[in-house]
Amino acid sequence: MNTVLALEGVRHVYPNGLHALDGLDLALAEGSFTALLGPSGCGKTTTLHIAAGLLAPTAGRVRRREDPPPPGSVGFVFQEPVLLPWLDVWHNVALPLRLLRRPRAEIDGRVAALLRTVGLAALPRLHPDELSGGMRMRVAVARALVTDPRLVLMDEPFAALDELARFRLDDELQRLWLARRFTVLFVTHSVYESVYLAQRVLVMGPRPGRIVAEIPVHEPHPRDAAFRTSARFAELCRTVLAALARSGATEAAA
Amino acid sequence: MRRIGVLRRPGLVLRLAVPLLLGGGWELAVRLSGVPHWILPGPLAVGRALVEGLPVLLPALAVTLAVTLGALVVAAAGGILLALAIALSPLLEAALLPLAVTLQVIPLVAVAPVILLYVERVETALVLCAALVAFFPVLAGTLSGLERAGTAERRLFALYHASRWQELVHLRLPTALPHLLAGLRVGGTLALVGAVVAEFAAGHAGSRAGLAFRILEAGWRLDIPRMYAALVLLAASGLVLHALLRGIERAVLRRFHLAPREGS
Ligand SMILES: Nc1ncnc2c1ncn2[C@@H]1O[C@H](COP(=O)(O)OP(=O)(O)OP(=O)(O)O)[C@@H](O)[C@H]1O
Ligand SMILES: [Mg+2]
Repeated sequence: MNTVLALEGVRHVYPNGLHALDGLDLALAEGSFTALLGPSGCGKTTTLHIAAGLLAPTAGRVRRREDPPPPGSVGFVFQEPVLLPWLDVWHNVALPLRLLRRPRAEIDGRVAALLRTVGLAALPRLHPDELSGGMRMRVAVARALVTDPRLVLMDEPFAALDELARFRLDDELQRLWLARRFTVLFVTHSVYESVYLAQRVLVMGPRPGRIVAEIPVHEPHPRDAAFRTSARFAELCRTVLAALARSGATEAAA
Repeated sequence: MRRIGVLRRPGLVLRLAVPLLLGGGWELAVRLSGVPHWILPGPLAVGRALVEGLPVLLPALAVTLAVTLGALVVAAAGGILLALAIALSPLLEAALLPLAVTLQVIPLVAVAPVILLYVERVETALVLCAALVAFFPVLAGTLSGLERAGTAERRLFALYHASRWQELVHLRLPTALPHLLAGLRVGGTLALVGAVVAEFAAGHAGSRAGLAFRILEAGWRLDIPRMYAALVLLAASGLVLHALLRGIERAVLRRFHLAPREGS
């Protein structure tokens, strides 16, 4: 396996003494799509922050193929869109490239390409307060991908959207991933979304979090609505749900 | 039930009714009690004094407003630059912030004579005095605004290894804008107060007399209606200045999409 990122025996204790992660092992193969599922507060966001290099773990090892990762090689989609309200769509998407001081011509080209990809090419001058929730999330996705990252971390990116909007964005994400083959670690609360998108679903136990189950999803990509209604899909969802229940998750995940 | 326009806006009605009632009551009280106008003039007498005094009062107002605007510009530049310096370096914060607070707690009437002692040109001294009081709200507003950037936004900048300077320019300064502008609005009205206080302390305004000097002068001459007229002019200028700054603030916030969402 060509590993891009591996967390080994990672433990994290926040400064206030809160024990968020313990004995977390996780390895991501290049170009793979991994979903991370677990009860609220089990440390999923903490795991993503450590994976992104935004947070140093209290103990354990983080191995990367390139260490430190070159700026722009990691894309992050936060749970909230986190757009800058004073910048229009174009400038929000361009922000990472401007921070990395890329040449103007490159920025123009990349931003235009990504706005086309997420279907916002016609609205570059709108500001976040003029966008719908789904459009804001698309801008956030475009911004995360604008540097052409090799590792993309997503923290329940579409959780705030209605089911249909989420299906649409899931399909868009799948298309992008197939086109560019970046490595994805995708946190979600939705069993269905994890099975629909990922090649592998990891289930975390309650805090202090670690991986307690791994369910491979061998169905080939691209997947479509037919897969969502197939018996195979239902069976995989049942398996993941059972793993989640065994992990000690108290709340029902949907 | 349908109601006529003004009644649907009780705020507007009150805004007009309160001054009218107060003025009417005042005029009535003055007339009924027979207080001589050199002790308490009625609003009508003040109005007359205002119209008659305009040739003297307006140039004086221009002098005071020039000091006010000069002070506001100095205070804005000083307050914003100092806030940026403090935001960029904890060392500068330790060195400069106590100084700024000290300057703020000493009353202007006490400092003004000292400044007037050392600064040769009276106009310059007056601008400095007024700027001294106007500058602190700008500094405090900008400083607190610069701390408002959210953790999520800062993480985003950290992800791309943004420098301190980049974070300041692209994140913290725009986030601070609403607070900076509110500080500027407060500072603007304080600059007017500061200009008048400084003129009082100077006793004269160099070659040209400001509004404070005209108030003092009218007092010496026991021209009480003229005193009141000058006060009215001062209050009106303060209101206009405040409204102007508020308008600029709103326009800038709208331009940067930082205005609070308009309700229904
Ligand atoms: N900055 C912090 N300081 C202290 N404790 C924190 C901090 N961030 C998170 N925690 C705690 O660490 C634990 C794990 O948090 P984390 O955000 O990683 O959970 P999560 O799995 O992402 O939860 P959710 O699904 O609700 O988003 C939680 O119990 C939380 O209270
Ligand atoms: Mg989370």
